[in-house]
Amino acid sequence: MILNDETVKKIKATVPIYPQRRSCILPALTLAYWQEGHLNDDIYREISDILDLKTVDVASAASFYTMFPKAPVGKYYIQVCHNISCALLGADSLIDYLAQKLGVKLGETTEDGLFTVVTVECLGSCTTAPVMQINNDYYENLTREKVDQILEDLRKQG
Amino acid sequence: MELKVLFKYTDDPDQYKMDTYISHGGYKAWEKVLKEIKPDEVIEIVKQSGVRGRGGAGFPAGVKWGFVPKDSPKPKYLVCNGDESEPGTCKDRVLMENDPHRVVEGMAISSYAIGAHHAFIYIRGEFVFPAERMRGAIEEAYEKGFLGKDILGTGYDLEMTVHTGGGAYICGEETALLNSLEGKPGMSRIRPPFPAIEGLYASPTVVNNVETLANVPEIINRGADWYAGMGTEKSKGTRIFCLSGHVKKPGNYELELGTPLRHLIYDLGGGILDDKELKAVIPGGSSTPVLTPDQIDVPMDFESVAEIGSMLGSCGVIVMHEDTCMVWAATRLAYFYMHESCGKCTPCRMGTQWMYQILSRIESGEGRPEDMDHLLSACDNIEGQTLCPLGDAAAMPVRSFAKTFREEFEYHIEHKKCMVQNSFPSFGQ
Repeated sequence: MILNDETVKKIKATVPIYPQRRSCILPALTLAYWQEGHLNDDIYREISDILDLKTVDVASAASFYTMFPKAPVGKYYIQVCHNISCALLGADSLIDYLAQKLGVKLGETTEDGLFTVVTVECLGSCTTAPVMQINNDYYENLTREKVDQILEDLRKQG
Repeated sequence: MELKVLFKYTDDPDQYKMDTYISHGGYKAWEKVLKEIKPDEVIEIVKQSGVRGRGGAGFPAGVKWGFVPKDSPKPKYLVCNGDESEPGTCKDRVLMENDPHRVVEGMAISSYAIGAHHAFIYIRGEFVFPAERMRGAIEEAYEKGFLGKDILGTGYDLEMTVHTGGGAYICGEETALLNSLEGKPGMSRIRPPFPAIEGLYASPTVVNNVETLANVPEIINRGADWYAGMGTEKSKGTRIFCLSGHVKKPGNYELELGTPLRHLIYDLGGGILDDKELKAVIPGGSSTPVLTPDQIDVPMDFESVAEIGSMLGSCGVIVMHEDTCMVWAATRLAYFYMHESCGKCTPCRMGTQWMYQILSRIESGEGRPEDMDHLLSACDNIEGQTLCPLGDAAAMPVRSFAKTFREEFEYHIEHKKCMVQNSFPSFGQ
């Protein structure tokens, strides 16, 4: 089993909430993503067993939603908005800076397994551009100093 | 001038807590509705107030509620749309984060009005913190007896659930949202039937934007006439404008509808970054046609913005200064819509790819003389040809950029380079 007891318990707790079982799929995928940092076929099978649904239904939903990486990523999954409002305030140079500083190309993970950098579409934080999301947290009004500090803090946490 | 109705307390760091919300008059409207006002009368009050959908389409909320059949044996559902994914828009996040009880109260009142006993709020998956705040508020509301069984002894039951998405722009479209809430890929549905007749789980459903529902408690507290006294004849009330891009003071500003765009950009927004010249403004989220500096005296209400050929949309105002390449901006937006097309309708699935291919070809200096015609022809073949508005949303900005700044596109094709080299505030400086 990939999913731990706590995640399984939380997935089961969604069942009584919804009038139809299939609605539990997205909450289950989210919980699995929070635990594992990515999703894969084995996870879809486990979720379908827990929810007593067809694996294909779980997989088809998962494949549609781009927020969930479908292969392992770094412990800190850095998602940089490159949509218009962020781009107007230097998102492209932010992306270059991150890639250079971490020594990776977009989509790659650092050798220590800590960081993966990807671009994402609008994060809904346009008035505080440029913006990035690392795992579940937003980092806004980014400057070079802020990015340096954020990466340093995360490295310390390991 | 800012006019704070929804933002009256959002600067209070404790507003998200039940006690603070109550000390600011919270849940009075809910209690009043439950004990004194019949569901039909609630719908009538909201109709009279004139409040229109804040997600972008601007459909009158009370009229939408009135479409729910009274005699249906099926359960009815209210769904609050917190997907907030139109680029340039980030207002609902503030309400969910800083004043979540207002959203809960608005959802509760509208559920009661349409006879729903289960309400959902669909929040985009990236908004982990706003979703946490909403869950916290709902939990507190259950504890206080504002939600659950036999609310305040009136016999009315209401369950409320937070549901988070998985990062798909299309799920802001109501039928795609409903599919997503049912655990399916977020693809749009054929209409009719409309959600009011067959929505969530094929039952009558009302889908309203967060900001729309957040207005409801004050409409009940202060009356339809008070609300209708704000704004213009057809665009009542206030709206939260999200000002982003090349301005000195970006931010969310709540303004009376009908406030001139110039006031927002120059007075509240402090003018253009580095005192450069204004070049272009997207007035209502990235899908709305672009405006030029000579158009910014337009009053920001549904009708006035439509009159000059654009849309008020989601009120995401994106400002671009003189050093912005319009081919680049259009390409950036075209990429987004290509990425977010759900793939169900061929004109949108293929058309958004063609638009992006042509634009990126022009942008990278490989444009061909016939490209402008091809680009506009792609727009023609997408607009009005798809099940949901994503197709229109993709084609409208491309068409408007290509028409308004045609000489810049043609220059790009002829000279294989930008007429205006992008020069943006480099990040970190």
